[in-house]
Amino acid sequence: MTTATLDVRRIVGRFSLTSMSHVGRLAYFSVELVRALAEWRIWVPRAFEQAHQVGVGSLFIVLLTAGFAGAVTALQTGYQFETSLPVYIVGGLIVQTIVLELGPVMTALLLSGRIGARYAAELGTMRVTEQIDALESLGRSPASHLILPRVVAGTLMLPVLVIFADAIGILSGYWFSATGVLQLTSADFIYGAQYFFRPWDLWYSLIKSMFFGLAISLVPCYMGFSTRQGAEGVGRATTAAVVSASVSILFLDALLAQILLPNA
Amino acid sequence: MIKLINVHKRFGELVVLDGVDFTVNQGETVALLGTSGVGKSVLLKHMNGLIHPDSGEVYVDGLSVPHLRRKALSKLRSRIGYVFQFGALFDSMSVRENVRLGITDQECIADDAYCRNRVSECLDLVNLPAGTGDKYPADLSGGMRKRVGIARAIAGQPTYLLYDEPTSGLDPVNADIIDKLVIKLRDSLGVTSVVVSHDVRGSFRVADRIALLHNGTIRTMGTPDEVRASTDVAVLEFFERDFETFLDAAG
Ligand SMILES: Nc1ncnc2c1ncn2[C@@H]1O[C@H](COP(=O)(O)OP(=O)(O)OP(=O)(O)O)[C@@H](O)[C@H]1O
Ligand SMILES: [Mg+2]
Repeated sequence: MTTATLDVRRIVGRFSLTSMSHVGRLAYFSVELVRALAEWRIWVPRAFEQAHQVGVGSLFIVLLTAGFAGAVTALQTGYQFETSLPVYIVGGLIVQTIVLELGPVMTALLLSGRIGARYAAELGTMRVTEQIDALESLGRSPASHLILPRVVAGTLMLPVLVIFADAIGILSGYWFSATGVLQLTSADFIYGAQYFFRPWDLWYSLIKSMFFGLAISLVPCYMGFSTRQGAEGVGRATTAAVVSASVSILFLDALLAQILLPNA
Repeated sequence: MIKLINVHKRFGELVVLDGVDFTVNQGETVALLGTSGVGKSVLLKHMNGLIHPDSGEVYVDGLSVPHLRRKALSKLRSRIGYVFQFGALFDSMSVRENVRLGITDQECIADDAYCRNRVSECLDLVNLPAGTGDKYPADLSGGMRKRVGIARAIAGQPTYLLYDEPTSGLDPVNADIIDKLVIKLRDSLGVTSVVVSHDVRGSFRVADRIALLHNGTIRTMGTPDEVRASTDVAVLEFFERDFETFLDAAG
């Protein structure tokens, strides 16, 4: 019994020690990035390149996912509310579910695999092939040349993608609720959507996506940048990056709901 | 001038540098020799601050490298060209863009025409054909990559050059061209250089002084003649075979 307790404590202790040191280094890493903001001549053009890649590369899969999310929301809401409530509520419900939760969270989870893995693998490879050392040896800063462009691109592009996801999700939700079990008329749908609409919801959706975008680019960049030990290290960093990015999305989702939503 | 005083460096249990004293005078070329895995690359990386010593002092140009603040360090680094052992080319950029990033002077970076000329000039100096500029590192041979690395290191007209095995993996003709380039940069521009090498004969040709890294310390350091005359067992062992060819050539 005693040994078991001790073991648990030791494991928890070690775990929190390594995660604390990660938090510390991530904080230091972020401070470096803030300093590098001054070198805008270097990071702005590179951020455009990255943003282009993120946006164009991810748009199709984001739209596809949002379309399905809208459809499923409509069909299941229809099933749940078939008899009990006035049908126009469904309109409000679909819009709210998409804008508040599904749009931002699904897009972010999707992109944590897409851009998170890419950033970690790119920077990890650059680290183990000494390209980051090479950049430093030329007196140039990896923060402004490599990391800031990626983090800025991720942070700004995610809200843009979420706007598209929200729009497609709502359209698809509308279409499926009109043709599905409910046979909702467009007047009902619009009435419901407007009845429950609060402008703050849209802002919340965008603010939330910005935080998600920051998390899914900053964390993988940090993991890739601190890669050690060759190809295996790159693999490990990439996996760890996707997992931690996804977990931080879920964590931020709960945290931001607490902070930003009135009466939550 | 480059000056290392009593530098110690270990990785975990592995002691790599165990009290290294090493001096390169202004305008001098020193060849750093040693068996594989002895710590030559590690020592070289101390000189531009890519690796920090556990203890000891590293001075370049009178500045203590491990203690420099970010700005000062990047300014110093822009005056030190570093040729990486395995090239370390930026693989998402073309050869031309790689070499262009080597140009470190702010005014020069802004001057497009200058950059274009300088890039072609540097590719020419390392004997790469003009068409190479548009290729990507992945499309080059090992020896070509090495030479692009050298071109990138010299593009910023550094006053110090640290070469990590610049001629390994090159054919004799190109190795000769690089050796001559090292000599030319010293003689015409007064560049101070350290050349890490396995190639004993090439080192005797380009270097003013030779240093042998052995068991974590500089075992011997002197002019080629002094090293040739050394009776130290470790030195003899390392140079033995090549000395014979030297003596043959001389006699
Ligand atoms: N970042 C590092 N972490 C751990 N060990 C390292 C690191 N860098 C180098 N070493 C170890 O230090 C020793 C010296 O390495 P170094 O690369 O300097 O050898 P070298 O003299 O350049 O050899 P070669 O001629 O083969 O290039 C090796 O045993 C290597 O494993
Ligand atoms: Mg080496």
